[in-house]
Amino acid sequence: MKVLVPVKRVVDYNVKVRAKSDESGPDLSNAKMAINPFCEIAIEEAVRIKEAGNAEEIIAVSVGDASSQEQLRTCLALGADRAILVETEESVEPLGVAKALKEVVSKESPDLIILGKQAIDGDANQTGQMLAAMLDLPQGTFASEIEIQDGVVQVTREIDGGLQTLSLTMPAIITTDLRLNEPRYASLPNIMKAKKKPLETLSSSDLGLDLSPRQNTLKVTPPPERAAGIMVEDIEQLVDKLKNEAKVIT
Amino acid sequence: MSILVIAEHDNSELKGATLNTVAAAKEIGGDIDILIAGMDCESVADSASQIPGINNVLLANKETYKNSLAENIGNLIVELSDGYSHIMAPATTNGKNFMPRVAAKLDVSQISDISAVISDDTFERPIYAGNCIATVQSTDSIKAITVRTTGFDACESSGGSAAINSIENDTNAGVSSFVKEEIAESDRPELTAAEVVISGGRGMQNGDNFSLLNGIADKLGAAIGASRAAVDSGFVPNDMQVGQTGKIVAPDLYIAVGISGAIQHLAGMKDSKVIVAINKDEEAPIFSVADYGLVADLFEALPELEAKL
Repeated sequence: MKVLVPVKRVVDYNVKVRAKSDESGPDLSNAKMAINPFCEIAIEEAVRIKEAGNAEEIIAVSVGDASSQEQLRTCLALGADRAILVETEESVEPLGVAKALKEVVSKESPDLIILGKQAIDGDANQTGQMLAAMLDLPQGTFASEIEIQDGVVQVTREIDGGLQTLSLTMPAIITTDLRLNEPRYASLPNIMKAKKKPLETLSSSDLGLDLSPRQNTLKVTPPPERAAGIMVEDIEQLVDKLKNEAKVIT
Repeated sequence: MSILVIAEHDNSELKGATLNTVAAAKEIGGDIDILIAGMDCESVADSASQIPGINNVLLANKETYKNSLAENIGNLIVELSDGYSHIMAPATTNGKNFMPRVAAKLDVSQISDISAVISDDTFERPIYAGNCIATVQSTDSIKAITVRTTGFDACESSGGSAAINSIENDTNAGVSSFVKEEIAESDRPELTAAEVVISGGRGMQNGDNFSLLNGIADKLGAAIGASRAAVDSGFVPNDMQVGQTGKIVAPDLYIAVGISGAIQHLAGMKDSKVIVAINKDEEAPIFSVADYGLVADLFEALPELEAKL
C-alpha cells in the first residue's frame, strides 16, 4: 500500500502574527517557518501505518515555493520515503492546492491520502475535502483513530458532540485531528539520511494547471482590541463585580 | 440573489447554529431557502418553516442522508445548487465536512468561517488564529460559505410559515458508511450555545480535578470547556476544546481557570462579552484579555467561588 501525505509550510505556531500597518496582509517578515502541526500528525500517522506493516511507501508532497523543500526534508527525516514539490511562486488557495494534488494522485495512485485538517495560517479547513470531491473518494475528516482492514479503513472522527466512526472504501482521504497521535522528533541520523532521499520538483505550469486565486484579499486588519480589564483582590470582589458591574450573573 | 442555507440538526431538533447562519444570509439579502437533509426529520422541517423570512424549506428525508455523510450530502447540495447565488452552512464540524466538497464540485473557492458580511461578495474572516481579520472578495459566480456562528446574533425562530417542499433526490455515493456514534450525554448546555462557559486548562493538573468546575457550572447554567493543553494532556475529551482548532465560543460570561492564554486558546473565546481569568501566574497572557483577573490558586478559589454564587 502506498500513502500520500500532502503538507504545508506555515508560520510556526508560536509566532503571534500581526497585520501590516498598511493593511496589505499579515506581517511575515523574518517569521520562523515550520511544517503545519496537523500535517506533522499526518506524516506521523503514515509512518505508524508503515511500521505496522500496512504500507510499503510514504510520499510527502507540498504545493508552494522552493522554500517548501525544507518542510519536505523534515517529512523525509520523519520517515517519508520520497517527496514531491509542486512548485509555484504565487499563493495558492485550497481549491488550487486540491487541483495540484489531484494531478499528483493520478500519477501516484495512492491507497490512502492523509492530510492535516487545517493549516494554521489561513485556517480554511478545505483542502482534504476538496481533493476527496475532485477524486470522488470517501473522506474521514478530523480523525482521532484510524484502523485499516482489508480494503476498508475505519475512521473515528472528532465531531461537535463527541465521536463518530465511519467505514470508508479505499482509496480514501483522511484529515487529522489533534489526538490522532503525538508526532516524534526526527533523529540526527535520520535528518542526515533524509538529505539523500529523492525530492522531485514539478512546476504547476508543467501540470497545465490554472491555480490563480478566485478571491481578492482587500485588506488585512488587526482584530478589535479588548478594553483593558481590572485585577480583583479576591473571590468576593469578583462575584460582586460580576453581579453589580458586568451584570452577567444574578 | 437567492441563498440556500443548509440546516444543522440531529434529525429531531433544529440546532441554533442554523439561526446564526440564516442571520448572516439575511445580511446578504435576497430569497432564502433552507435545506433539511436527514431521515425522519419532519419535525426539523417544521421548526425551519417557522423562521420568519424563509422562502422555501426543502426536505430531503431519506436513509441516504440520515448520518450526514459528506459524500451524499455534498452531492445532494450540488444537485440542488442551480439558481442559487450563495450556499451557506454553519462552520460546525458538519458544515466544515461537506461544504468544501460542494465548492470543489462547483469549481468555486470556498469562503470559510465568515465573521461579518460586507456586501454580497465581500466578507470578513479571521486568519492566523484570529490575530488578523481578512476582508475577502469572491469572484466566483456561486459563493460557498461557512459561517462563524459567534459572528452573527441568532435570527428569530418563530412567526414564519414557509412552505415545505419534499426533495426526492436519493443517490448514495456508496463509498462510506456509518458505523457508530458516541455522543456525550450531558444536561449542560452545548458549549457553542451556552450563555456562560467555564473552562479549565493545564493548571487543573488532571481530569478528576475538572469536577471542581461542576458545581459552579450547575449554579451558573454553564457549559464546561477546556484548553488545548488540557486536551493534549488527556484530562478531558477533545469535544470540550475551545480554541483555534476546537470550538469557537462567545458567551456572555467566559471563566478561564488555570489557562495561561496561548494565542490558539484566545482565538476561540476572545469575543466573549465578559471574560474572567483565574490563574496563579500573574504574568499569564490570559490576563491581557480578561475583564476581571484574579491571581489565585484555583484549588482554593474554585470552592470559594462555588460557595459564593
